Amino acid sequence: MSTVSEQMTRPRLVLGEQTYHTITEAISKIVEEKTPREWYIAFGITGGMTVMLGAMLAYLVMTGIGVWGNNIPVGWAWDITNFVFWIGIGHAGTLISAILYLFRQKWRTSINRAAEAMTLFAVACAGIYPLFHVGRVWVAWWLFPLPYSQGMWPNFRSPLLWDVFAVSTYGTVSLLFWYVGLIPDLATLRDRAKSKIKKFLYGVFSLGWRGSVRHWRHYEIAYLLLAGLSTPLVLSVHSVVSFDFAVSILPGWHTTIFPPYFVAGAIFSGFAMVMTLMLLARWAYKLENFVTRVHLDNMCKIMLATGTIVGYAYATEFFIAWYSANKYEQFTFMNRAFGPYAWAYWIMISCNVISPQIFWFKKMRENVVVMFIVSIFINIGMWFERFVIIVTSLHRDFLPSSWSYFKATYVDICTFIGSFGLFLTLFLLFTRFLPIIAIAEVKGVLAHELHQHGHGAAGSHGGKH
Amino acid sequence: MGEIYGALAMFDTPEQIVEAARRVRERGYVRFDCHTPFPVHGLEAAMGLTRSKLPFLVLGGGAMGVLAAILLQWWTGAVDYPLLIGGKPYFAMEFATPVTFELMVLFSAFTSVFGMLALNGLPMLYHPLFNAEIFARVTDDKFFISIEAIDPRFDRGHTVEFLRSLGASEVVLVEE
Repeated sequence: MSTVSEQMTRPRLVLGEQTYHTITEAISKIVEEKTPREWYIAFGITGGMTVMLGAMLAYLVMTGIGVWGNNIPVGWAWDITNFVFWIGIGHAGTLISAILYLFRQKWRTSINRAAEAMTLFAVACAGIYPLFHVGRVWVAWWLFPLPYSQGMWPNFRSPLLWDVFAVSTYGTVSLLFWYVGLIPDLATLRDRAKSKIKKFLYGVFSLGWRGSVRHWRHYEIAYLLLAGLSTPLVLSVHSVVSFDFAVSILPGWHTTIFPPYFVAGAIFSGFAMVMTLMLLARWAYKLENFVTRVHLDNMCKIMLATGTIVGYAYATEFFIAWYSANKYEQFTFMNRAFGPYAWAYWIMISCNVISPQIFWFKKMRENVVVMFIVSIFINIGMWFERFVIIVTSLHRDFLPSSWSYFKATYVDICTFIGSFGLFLTLFLLFTRFLPIIAIAEVKGVLAHELHQHGHGAAGSHGGKH
Repeated sequence: MGEIYGALAMFDTPEQIVEAARRVRERGYVRFDCHTPFPVHGLEAAMGLTRSKLPFLVLGGGAMGVLAAILLQWWTGAVDYPLLIGGKPYFAMEFATPVTFELMVLFSAFTSVFGMLALNGLPMLYHPLFNAEIFARVTDDKFFISIEAIDPRFDRGHTVEFLRSLGASEVVLVEE
């Protein structure tokens, strides 16, 4: 039991005079109402961007990887930058749904569903880049250990193959986690559905859920286990992504700091993206009672903390480059900060390290406009972080005669914009057809709060519905 | 009215259903269940349910994943088609660890989801309780107890009367 002082000070997470029924109403309504015109406009724009993505990829497959700007010595450029960028964004979803669940952070319930969806869509976008970067995309299945006529197997000594396993496991487990969480809410939509088709579809996907306590008993354990499994998984995925770099012998990549540094960056960028999307969804669907100032405040604090960790990692890299007395390492880092890509480096520093510091001020953590702008800055900054790590380490290699300067082509740019189109299209579809807030979980939080605040039973007050 | 599946009682609050579930169990009913919109604290204990056995299944699933991953990497790399790359050993736990970890997680996750569904007997798209109109509120804001007709203590009149006496706001008989 909580102490009296805790009851007094702990702010409520579900605002307004809510009952279980009003929660069901408020969240189901978003899906059940007539599709707003704004949604169609947004969908038209993002759909167009997605078509552009398809066109760019088709052009790439028909012509060759040369349509992208990468060329030796910059063999990895926007493609891998975008891959790491998207994968990183995905991490906040799992962090919120799994790690905060294990820590019993009840504030997660309002944002976990959307964050998990974001994870899935981000992983889908991420997957595109390595998939098409292999060149002959029609034999991409060689990445998996499948028996075929050559008789060869993938090289398990390569971190690139570890990445295949890590990312595909991550995508699969995130999907399972998200779906398991959705089952009771899909049943809610099923029971409210008016049309036959909706009733049928929500009925099939809710698997015949009937809220049985004999089912909840296994369900809750399954959810806990998935959270327990996802927690080390999410840490391992970005660690393995960082091995793609760290296991190589390139100065600027070959460092042991990479796994924790990448994980912190991933959480940082993911929270920024959750913030961007949730502020938009909160504003568009009027969810102020569910995504409250407490939620936003907590997210700002996490961004401040992870942003500072990332800044610390940047500093450590420089310190180690100097302390190692390795002149190649030193050259790489001086070149990073003051070489031809200095502009990218300082964009990264300003967006990632400096801009979140504003959240030390409570006023700023309460200002929705500031939060939105900073979250956009962080999204940009974290993209530049990956760009800086990848391109500045490659473009001046050991042989000065092959030094070059990478420039993105229009295909690079349009593919990246297109992947945003795919991501946003999927997110729009999600807000249209699925409950964007975990209805059953929010009710659980409400029951807890009513119990603690001595409001009596939720069903009794305002019970006429 | 055709064959009877059982009686269904509707309650308004989590506190009521916990109390009612305890009384139903004390009466000696065994074929009964509670239905709630969200997991209600203390209800499992009131119903006399034990802890789920799912973690043991998942432990097995995870062990299978570890085994499968090690066999896969050892057999493909060291037995079926050994390739010397960079003078590294054909098989070593050091480089096999990431994939082993990932497959352990993957197999465990599959076991927890499909094991949970199997233990719950889901998917089951039809259930007699869906015939009761009031039952649509189970995913909204009401709490239900169902007692099946095959329970040895079930008796139409008595059971309905008993459920009413527990404070149910509505009690109905459900057709098979």
